[in-house]
Amino acid sequence: MALRTEPFVLNIGPQHPSSHGLFRLEVTLDGEVVTGLELVLGYLHRGIEKLAEGRTYIQNIPLTDRLDYLASMTNNFAYVLAVEKLAGIEVPERTEYLRVIMAELMRISSHLSFIGFLLNELGAYFTPLFYMFREREKILDLFEMVCGQRLTYNYMRIGGVSQDIPEEFLPAVKRFVAEMPRLVDEYEQLLSGNEILLARTKGVGILPRDKAINASASGPVLRASGVKWDIRKVDPYSVYDRFDFEVPVGSVGDVYDRYWVRVSEMRQSVRILEQALKQLPKGEVWTKVPGLLRPLRGEVYGHIEGPKGELGFYLVSDNSIAPYRFHIRPPALLNLTALKDMVVGWKLADAIVIFGSLDTVLGEVDR
Amino acid sequence: MTVTLKGEEVAKKIAHSFPMAIITANQTAIIVTPDSLYQVARFLKATPEFDFDYLTNLTAVDYLDYFEVVYHLTSLKHNHSLVLKTRCYDREKPSVPSVVSLWQGADLQEREVYDLMGITFSGHPNLKRLFLWEGFPGHPLRRDYL
Amino acid sequence: MTLIGQFRDWLINFMPEWAAYIVAFLVGVVAIIAFVLVMIIVFIYLERRLIGRFQVRLGPNRCGPEGIFQLIADSIKLLTKEDIVPAKGDFWVHFLAPIVTFAPALMVFAVVPFHKGVVLTDLDVGILYVVAISSISVVGIYMAGWGSNNKYSLIAALRAVAQAISYELPVVMAAVGVILIAGSLSLSKIVEAQTIPFFLLQPLGFFIFLLGSMAEINRSPFDLLEAESEIVTGYNMEYSGMKFGLLYLSEYGHTLAASCIITTLFLGGWQGPLLPPFLWFLIKVLLVFFVFLWVRSTVPRLRVDQLMAFAWKCLLPMALINLLLIGAQVLWFPKALPWGMMVVNFAVAGILILLWSRLFALGGGRVEV
Repeated sequence: MALRTEPFVLNIGPQHPSSHGLFRLEVTLDGEVVTGLELVLGYLHRGIEKLAEGRTYIQNIPLTDRLDYLASMTNNFAYVLAVEKLAGIEVPERTEYLRVIMAELMRISSHLSFIGFLLNELGAYFTPLFYMFREREKILDLFEMVCGQRLTYNYMRIGGVSQDIPEEFLPAVKRFVAEMPRLVDEYEQLLSGNEILLARTKGVGILPRDKAINASASGPVLRASGVKWDIRKVDPYSVYDRFDFEVPVGSVGDVYDRYWVRVSEMRQSVRILEQALKQLPKGEVWTKVPGLLRPLRGEVYGHIEGPKGELGFYLVSDNSIAPYRFHIRPPALLNLTALKDMVVGWKLADAIVIFGSLDTVLGEVDR
Repeated sequence: MTVTLKGEEVAKKIAHSFPMAIITANQTAIIVTPDSLYQVARFLKATPEFDFDYLTNLTAVDYLDYFEVVYHLTSLKHNHSLVLKTRCYDREKPSVPSVVSLWQGADLQEREVYDLMGITFSGHPNLKRLFLWEGFPGHPLRRDYL
Repeated sequence: MTLIGQFRDWLINFMPEWAAYIVAFLVGVVAIIAFVLVMIIVFIYLERRLIGRFQVRLGPNRCGPEGIFQLIADSIKLLTKEDIVPAKGDFWVHFLAPIVTFAPALMVFAVVPFHKGVVLTDLDVGILYVVAISSISVVGIYMAGWGSNNKYSLIAALRAVAQAISYELPVVMAAVGVILIAGSLSLSKIVEAQTIPFFLLQPLGFFIFLLGSMAEINRSPFDLLEAESEIVTGYNMEYSGMKFGLLYLSEYGHTLAASCIITTLFLGGWQGPLLPPFLWFLIKVLLVFFVFLWVRSTVPRLRVDQLMAFAWKCLLPMALINLLLIGAQVLWFPKALPWGMMVVNFAVAGILILLWSRLFALGGGRVEV
């Protein structure tokens, strides 16, 4: 006799250790198997797009800090690039290099916390997380040297950066760059060969290539699915065309590939940092930009390769001091589009890991 | 370097297929009527010359007279991009056809626009508010929402 | 004659025989409970400090010298907290669950020999008793999960039952190997039989027993019913105050029990050179605990189907082969004990583990829905 069964609806979140913020996954379970999934967002919605319409262009920079709070520098970078494109502002060369250095440090930091949290979701009881945070801490110290902040930097400004780097910054960052490759190797040696990690991630949550493109996945998620698409290469912004680096591409598109792509990207970031530090010119870090910037009527879409994916800003100007429309293209939100297709059919534990492998930050999803 | 296709040139190329569709086209964008949006989008996606397989960004702007829904399309193969726009003048019940069946990436973005701007996307499989709760009064991103 | 027996005989000089029995046993029970509780405190302290070390941090070190009073502070906090029962939970089930979970952890120690003759009751069927009693605790965990009326807890409870049933088999099979060599079910006799610790005589059985015990006491990587990142500590989610404290204690109580049983069955119990026997026992128990800790702070968690597959497809066949091998050796080559056996068994263990690691791949797990 077959037992009568009922679907079991489980709310993962909004308060859940693996929800990366406030977020709810309404999961329908058949035993342990996920049969349905619904995203419930908006717990962290602050209306940044609306807020920005009432503030001047420069006042909006701190708002961007609060999008993806694990990669604030990159958000600043994307926003100021978009505004500079809109207003046609050229920035000094030294500034470009400083921005690239900060963005790559931020990428390493963001990927480190990704790996830590992913391993935590796999059940490694915080140990990898603490090691990753030890290295992340060094990067935060560097940022603190530069701008006095550790989380919301507000460092990049329209037409420059808020201040030149202090004397002790360069030796410190050189030390970091020198020791980082060895640490990445060490962590990869410890983690990537782990039998349980492989069993939990290989072949899990596959996002096929066509699906990834169709669902507008971007960044490491897209590259893990085998698409060689990195904005730094295909549409170079700032001075990225002067650096020699590779774009790591996965083959299957499973959780392991997403993990591997990020580990490899950290190595490439270190390479970029090495070159940027070597080429860093002397000079001004600031162009003269009016305090109340009034860009000409028009619109612009500026995008960069953030740690989470393609971070874009769509700005519409009506020649006033505030943007008429301020839209953010959030990579984290768009990467969630295909989550349901990835998760259905897997176990509850996999659902958590697949969600974790997208490296979602809810500050950016909800805005 | 991603080449940004000029709206005018693309308009010329698709004008014979969709003579009624194009409202206007300028340097940056090509603007089509809401009724023909889906056909134009499908044409742009399916034609090998354009091959816009990637919907980068979807958003809407409220110009008070009309809503403008903006689609940033990218072709990963040709590495070029295009801005496709459509306008709807109805403030009470603005409606635009959904492109979810072409690009799944439009799913959450259309829900977001529906939520915050109040534009209905006909044909969307699961058009619910994304961030705000059901019953929230108004649509905050409209310029007349205070 | 056990220590308790001697004490009883001495007491008979002062009181009637029935009173002597009761007093002697009460003293024994209190001593055992005191030992268990003190060891649990030591375990919790060690776990927090050592895991801190594993995770490049210090661990609790503010409360008293090196943080030794941290646990006392935590207990006071737990004792003074409000006891909350979920509104739609089953009160009695919810109330009894911590007791049902904790009691077996204590009861196991009735047969654990700490020294020659230092044992509460030297049961002739000691191993059977241990296996029977320690599997009761899963009933308590199931009650906790069920009585909480919480979905996460329910998932945890069901996982716990499935896990306990699956891992009971290889554990018992591995223990049978020990019984065959020792020729007795009594734990004291097993210890006395170990002129060479049994983990050298049957390494495969030792590994199976170790892994199986880890799964039975729900230590990482088999901690699926706690699984913080998935089901948010699962079965004890809805517990607060001292009920939670009891569940927490029982977790360590079972860990201690498992460490003691492994020490007794495979590591030679109290036996050892130079140091006093009781100290040897403690050292071995802490060593086993350290292995548990080390594994916990290092490896990720298995998925539920992988956990089952590991028990049924990997540990159980290996345990059966181990049993067959030991049985054959004991039956037909009693002269070859122990050195020949040691060499053969190490070779077989190596070959089997290699073979299984090649043939048996974890993974897969997708279900079409």
